[in-house]
Amino acid sequence: MSTTTQAPTPPAPPAPTGSTKARRRSATAESPYSMAMAMTVLVIMAVYFLSPVYVLFSASTKSKAELAQSSLKPSTQFVDNLQQLFSEGDGIYSRWLLNSLLYAVGGAGIATLLAAMAGYALAKYQFRGRELIFNVVLGGVLMPATALALPLFLMFAKVNLTNTYWSVLLPSIVSPFGVYLSRVFAAASVPDELIEAGRLDGASEFRIFTGLATRLMAPALVTIFLFQFVVIWNNFFLPLIMLQDNKLYPVTLGLYSWQSQLSRVPTLQVAVIIGSLVSVVPLIITFLALQRFWRSGLAAGSLK
Amino acid sequence: MAQTIPIRTAEDPVLDDEGGGTGTRRRRRRTPGRGSTPASAPWLFLLPFGLPFLLFYVAPVAYALWRSLFKIERTGGIYGKPTEVFAGLDQYRLVFQNDDFISSVLRVLGFGLVQIPIMLLLALGLALLLDSTVARFKALFRISFFVPYAIPGVVGALIWGFIYSPGLSPIVDLLGKAGLEPEFLSARWILWSIANVVTWTYTGYNMLIIYSALQAIPQEIYEAAKMDGASNWRIARHVKIPSVAPALVLTGVFSIIGTLQLFTEPIVFSKIATTITTTYTPNMVVLSAGQNNYNYAAAISVTLALSTFVLSFAFLKITQRKAEM
Repeated sequence: MSTTTQAPTPPAPPAPTGSTKARRRSATAESPYSMAMAMTVLVIMAVYFLSPVYVLFSASTKSKAELAQSSLKPSTQFVDNLQQLFSEGDGIYSRWLLNSLLYAVGGAGIATLLAAMAGYALAKYQFRGRELIFNVVLGGVLMPATALALPLFLMFAKVNLTNTYWSVLLPSIVSPFGVYLSRVFAAASVPDELIEAGRLDGASEFRIFTGLATRLMAPALVTIFLFQFVVIWNNFFLPLIMLQDNKLYPVTLGLYSWQSQLSRVPTLQVAVIIGSLVSVVPLIITFLALQRFWRSGLAAGSLK
Repeated sequence: MAQTIPIRTAEDPVLDDEGGGTGTRRRRRRTPGRGSTPASAPWLFLLPFGLPFLLFYVAPVAYALWRSLFKIERTGGIYGKPTEVFAGLDQYRLVFQNDDFISSVLRVLGFGLVQIPIMLLLALGLALLLDSTVARFKALFRISFFVPYAIPGVVGALIWGFIYSPGLSPIVDLLGKAGLEPEFLSARWILWSIANVVTWTYTGYNMLIIYSALQAIPQEIYEAAKMDGASNWRIARHVKIPSVAPALVLTGVFSIIGTLQLFTEPIVFSKIATTITTTYTPNMVVLSAGQNNYNYAAAISVTLALSTFVLSFAFLKITQRKAEM
C-alpha cells in the first residue's frame, strides 16, 4: 500500500553522457548510474524470490499430461485441479487445512498470551531470580526444537497422548523467543509511571496488564503471534513423529504423505502441486495484511 | 472486549468493601507496609508460561538425558524378554562410533560454512540497498524478498523439487535448450541444491531483521557523515554495518541452530532423489534410530542439542570478542 506514495512511474533512464565527474560527486541526488545498478540487483533478486511461486502457480493450472510438457505458460485446468484437490481421499485436504488452522491459531494464540504475561513480568517487576529465569528462557531460544521432538514423543507415549491433537498442540504453546520479544518490548513501551498510576487508581495487577500493558505491547504481540503461527504452520518434524492417523495431519504433513505415495499413485502429482499453492495463500495474505504491526515488533527485537 | 470486565475484581480485597471514592481507595491501597506491589504478582504472571515451559522444554531434555543412560538387554538369548538396564555412557560411545552420524554432522557443518555466509551477506547487501537512497519501490521489493519465508518448508521443498526434476521442470527444460544439462538432484549437487532452497527461504527473513536495525539508526549520524564528505559506500562500511552487528549476530545464531536441524528439505527430496540416504542429516539419523532404539536415539538427540549449544555459544563469544577489539 505504501508503495503508492512512491514514484508512480519508473525512474527516468540514465541521462545520456553529459554529466561530468565533478557534477556527480558534488550532487546530493544519486547518480543515475548507481540507481540503475541498484535497481538491476533488486529486480534480479525479486525474480529469484518470486519465480518459484510463479512456477508453482503455472503448474497448478495444468493437467497431468500438460505438466510433462514443462512449459512456463499457464493453462486452463485450475478449477478442475481445485476440484480434484478437494475431492481426493474423501476431501481429506480440507480436513488438513482445518487441522493446520487449529494447531496454528490455537497454539499461537495461547503462546502469545503466555509469552506476553511472562515477558511483562520479567520487564516490569523486580524480584529475586528474575535474571536467572530470563537466562533459562534464553537457553530455550537456543534449544533446537527438533531435539525435543523424540523425548516429547516418549513422554507423550507414557501418558497415551501420542497420535492426538494434544501431542502437537501442547508443545506449540511455549515460545521462549516470544518471551524474549515481549520482555524487550514491554521494557521499552510500557512506562513505569503508567503502571504506578493504575495502582493508585486501585486497579489490580492483572487488570493493569490486560487494560494497559497489552494495548501498548500490541505490535509485539502481533509479531509474536505471527511468527509462532508460522513456526507451527511450518512445523513438520513434531507431527511426523507424533501422528499416525492421517485425519490429524496438518497440511504440511498431508502434502508430504501424498508426495511419498507419488511413485505408486502418480495421479497425485496434480493434487500435490495445487495443494502446495492453496496451503500458502492464507499465510501470505495474513503477513501482508498485518505488515505494519509485525515490522515494528521485529524492529524492537533486533535492537538488543 | 476488555471494557466489559469490571475494574473491581474479587482478587483485589481492597476494592471489595464498597467504600468512598477514589480518595479512600488510594489511602487504603498504600497502607500495607510492603509497598504497592504484591510480591506474588510477577510469579502469577510467570506461572502460565513457566509450567508448560518446564513440561515441554525442560522435562524432555532431562528425560532424554535419563533415557540415554540406559540400554535394552535381553535376558535369555536374543529372543528373550527385553529389559532396560543402566548403561552409563555406553550409548554415547556408540553415537561417536557411528560413522553415519559423524558424516551427517560433517555434512551439515560443511553446508553451514558455505550457506550461512552467502545467505547473510546477501541479506545484509539487500538490506543496505533497501536502506539506501539509490533504490526505488522499496516496500514492494521488501515484501517480494520476504514472501518465501511465509511458505512452509515442506511446500518450499516441494516447489523446488518440482523445479529441479528433469521431465517436469520448465527451468531444467529452458536450461536444456540453452545447452546446459544441470543435474540438481545428482549426488554431487544435491547438497547445494538444498542450500539454494534454504537460502531462498530465509534470506528475506534475515534481511528484514537487519533492515529493521538499519532503520533504527538515527538520521543525524548520516547527515554528519555526509557533511564530512563520506561516500555512500563509506557510510555503509563505517557507520551502518557496525551499527547492525548485533542483528547480524542474532541472525547468525539462528542460522547455526537451523542448519544443525536441517531435515525438512532433505527428507522431501529423498522422495524424488535416490542420492539422499536415510541418515543424510543428524535429524534424519535420530528419526531412523528412533524407529528401533529409543535409548540410542535419545543419546543422539542429547548430543545434537549439546553441539548446537556449544556452537551457538562459541559463535556469540567470538563475535563479542571481535566487537571489543
